[in-house]
Amino acid sequence: MFQFFTELKVDWMGLRKPFVFISIAILLAGLISAAGRQLTDGGTDAFNLGVDFQGGTVLTVKFREKPTADDVRSALNSVGINESVIQDSTDKPDEKLIKIPIIEGQATATPAPAPDANAQPQGGTTGGTQVEVGRAKVKSALDTFGKEAAADQTLEQDATAAYKIVGTDSVGPVAGEQLRDAAVIATLLGMIGILLFIAFRYDWTYAAGAVIAVFHDVLVTLAFFTVFQWEINLSVLAAMLTLVGFSVNDSIVIFDRIRENMNLNRTASLYDLTNRSINQTMSRTVVTNGLLFLAVLALVLFGGEVLRTFSLALLVGSIVGTYSTIAIASPIALWWQSKIGRAEMKDVTAEKTSGEKLASASRRSVTRRPVTR
Amino acid sequence: MNSKSLKVRTLIILAVTLAGIYFVFGPRRTPTGADFTWAGIKANLEQNINLGLDLKGGSHLVMRVKTDEYLKTLTENNAQAALTAAQDAKLPVTGSNVVADGSTYSITLNLGPDAQGAAVAEEVKKKVDLINWTEDVSANAVSWSLPSTTQTILKNQAVEQALKIIESRINAFGVKEPTLQRHGAEASAQILLQMPGVEDPERVKNLIGAESNLMLMKIVSPPNPSPVQTYPTREAALQSVGGALPPNRRVLPYAERDARPNADGTQPPPSWVVVEYPAVVDGSELRDAAAVSRTGNEADYQISFSFKPAGAQKFGEWTGRNIGNYMAVVLNDEVKSAAYIRSQIFDQGEISGQFTKSTADDLALTLRSGALPAKIEYLEERTVGPSLGADSIAAGLRASLGGLAFIIAFMLFYYRGSGVNAVIALILNMLLTGAAVVMFGATLTLPGIAGFILGIGMAVDANVLVFERIREEIRAGIPVSKAIWMGFDRAFITIVDANVTTIISSLILYLYGSGPIRGFAVTLILALLINLFTAVFVSRTIYGWLLSRNPEPKSLSI
Repeated sequence: MFQFFTELKVDWMGLRKPFVFISIAILLAGLISAAGRQLTDGGTDAFNLGVDFQGGTVLTVKFREKPTADDVRSALNSVGINESVIQDSTDKPDEKLIKIPIIEGQATATPAPAPDANAQPQGGTTGGTQVEVGRAKVKSALDTFGKEAAADQTLEQDATAAYKIVGTDSVGPVAGEQLRDAAVIATLLGMIGILLFIAFRYDWTYAAGAVIAVFHDVLVTLAFFTVFQWEINLSVLAAMLTLVGFSVNDSIVIFDRIRENMNLNRTASLYDLTNRSINQTMSRTVVTNGLLFLAVLALVLFGGEVLRTFSLALLVGSIVGTYSTIAIASPIALWWQSKIGRAEMKDVTAEKTSGEKLASASRRSVTRRPVTR
Repeated sequence: MNSKSLKVRTLIILAVTLAGIYFVFGPRRTPTGADFTWAGIKANLEQNINLGLDLKGGSHLVMRVKTDEYLKTLTENNAQAALTAAQDAKLPVTGSNVVADGSTYSITLNLGPDAQGAAVAEEVKKKVDLINWTEDVSANAVSWSLPSTTQTILKNQAVEQALKIIESRINAFGVKEPTLQRHGAEASAQILLQMPGVEDPERVKNLIGAESNLMLMKIVSPPNPSPVQTYPTREAALQSVGGALPPNRRVLPYAERDARPNADGTQPPPSWVVVEYPAVVDGSELRDAAAVSRTGNEADYQISFSFKPAGAQKFGEWTGRNIGNYMAVVLNDEVKSAAYIRSQIFDQGEISGQFTKSTADDLALTLRSGALPAKIEYLEERTVGPSLGADSIAAGLRASLGGLAFIIAFMLFYYRGSGVNAVIALILNMLLTGAAVVMFGATLTLPGIAGFILGIGMAVDANVLVFERIREEIRAGIPVSKAIWMGFDRAFITIVDANVTTIISSLILYLYGSGPIRGFAVTLILALLINLFTAVFVSRTIYGWLLSRNPEPKSLSI
């Protein structure tokens, strides 16, 4: 049989200091990037938040003859939109993405009646929150390039048209806040759920290790997003949730092996058992996560514009999630155990046990005992 | 695993697989020959899987009913009515105060000297409905305030009413398969409207938000035969009532219907009239409204309307008392026409104005559905063109299939014969997850696909865990037949722990998350539950068959 690792004997726990150093370095880079951008005058915000979380309007426009970004920008300026981000679609040569911030005020509304005359008993529409004016304003700017294709026709069908708005996302400040809050609250509650379940099935120390590792993964992924200024939108959120799932899954696999080894071998030190468990499951770790990584890489390369940020987040997450199980979750569990006197942070049994035949698969299986802590 | 249990397991798997195939690819009616052709299967698949707007195209609108404004208007109207009632009864009331600040809504009537607070309260409550208000009578004032529980109830009623009105409007407009429901927490007063296939929601939005607030009001003017009293400017109109507007008067613009455009083509500026407030009758009393052409000319439509019995009664009595006086037809705070009352009118009226057929139709439609209880503001608007949605599906599908093909190739290479086992389990997992999505009527969105992908990832992981474990046992010198069951037994605990952890966190995401997060959670939970079946039960049964043909194999292709 073909196989990656059979007899690995790496002292992973001994590497905890360099690991922690790497993690802190990445997190610091993220922090510096975020704080630097936030504090620099005229700089960008810490994160490149999409309209989902920040509010604003983004339109996907398909052109017959695509104008340059500068042409579009000056057209937008002429209707009073001074701030805009104009991007070419990476996978469709004839499309552009136009992103504009929230337009304050009542751009298209009739002038508000004087306060003493407006006590009408019933009402109707508001004159123009940004959600309503965003699309209309951009449309009026784009009309300088020619007319838009009719509502029920594609650009190809309407020969007289110069462009067609094929997609809009317009989110007001209230909805943006709502989506953001719901996402953060749900994710935090989800982590508490994970914490409780792992604490119930294993131990508080493992639960803490797994959850801190998950936090670490989310933060490292966010660090990548601030450093490279990738846009954070709803699909990135879905990707974050996905990577939280994978990261916890990875931690559980190793914890499960530690628990099993512990029951079979009560004399061995936890330090040693942790290392051995990581080594024993390394083959599975490489196969599973390698496959995930390659599948996600396919998404990044061929998945198209809409999935781009989603797959980028997953790509980072698939690496970080694997790494954090070994470098963060396990050392933290071990460290906590050492604090309560159940383990030591060094390899005390290295010499004693080297000659002993430990935890062979056969013995483990035959003498499996009920799970105890 | 004896041969009997092996057969039972196989039957279960076959039954579940067939059911899965039926749910995903089968029609929801008696099958015909066409359902077995490629095109028939494709059509059924499209019918069965409920795609979200982000994948099939359409409009997604989140709006909020301004319930604060609703309560404010209610309070102001009641205050005005209370003051009028007290004054009509010749009670010494000096004025009224209104507080409407978003949390407190109260009306205070200030009493003159020698006034009996209780008598005032008594008199007011005869005319004004203040049952749900908390009354407070003191020496020099009577006040009513809305308790917060009542505020909540009233706000909720306003949203429900708005929901009904919007529903009748979009139905009359002919939007296909719309989704219209409350959105978010009840207190947020939000409504979600999804319209598949509607790419540019502008006209629907105008229709939903249209004010169509109709009022018939008395114009302050000398009676016929003098012409109706108008003023050239707002200021002049205000001057006529002493500079400041009393609570029972309004100044409104009046655009003369048949006014000729000026020589340079611009419309003449509107004149202004003073009307009595509140209105004699309003749009809530309408029974019907229709667009009719006055001259048969396309650009010359008007709206005729009729009242419900109660409104007709009120209107009839009032017109009977006011023959010769001028009456204004006010639409959205603009006087559309002013006419003197020739005789008592009961239930008919019309709005003249320069309407085209489509604006008159839309206006009649919104009048019929009734006026919204409060204004509406849009919080979120998303439109996805059908082509954009289709492109997302195509690109995502292409990449996913590529990834899947790679995973299958790798499993076959790395685990050889056992890889076939894994591939069967994986494909079955995808089929059954799809079937579960169809069965529960869940909507497949982009985040939902992410959940699906995570589910596939964990299905692969489950197989890898089992196989690696079996390999370990074999390496340790355990006979193949025993090693297989040991591998399953041990890996099972890990798989259950890992899946249950993720199911728990997904359940919480489902309970507390908003739309897109929920879509993710639903497909993931389904995929994980099915994973426990495919990766363990199915995979085990396949090995069972293998061993039943050769109970003591020397080696295993793994």
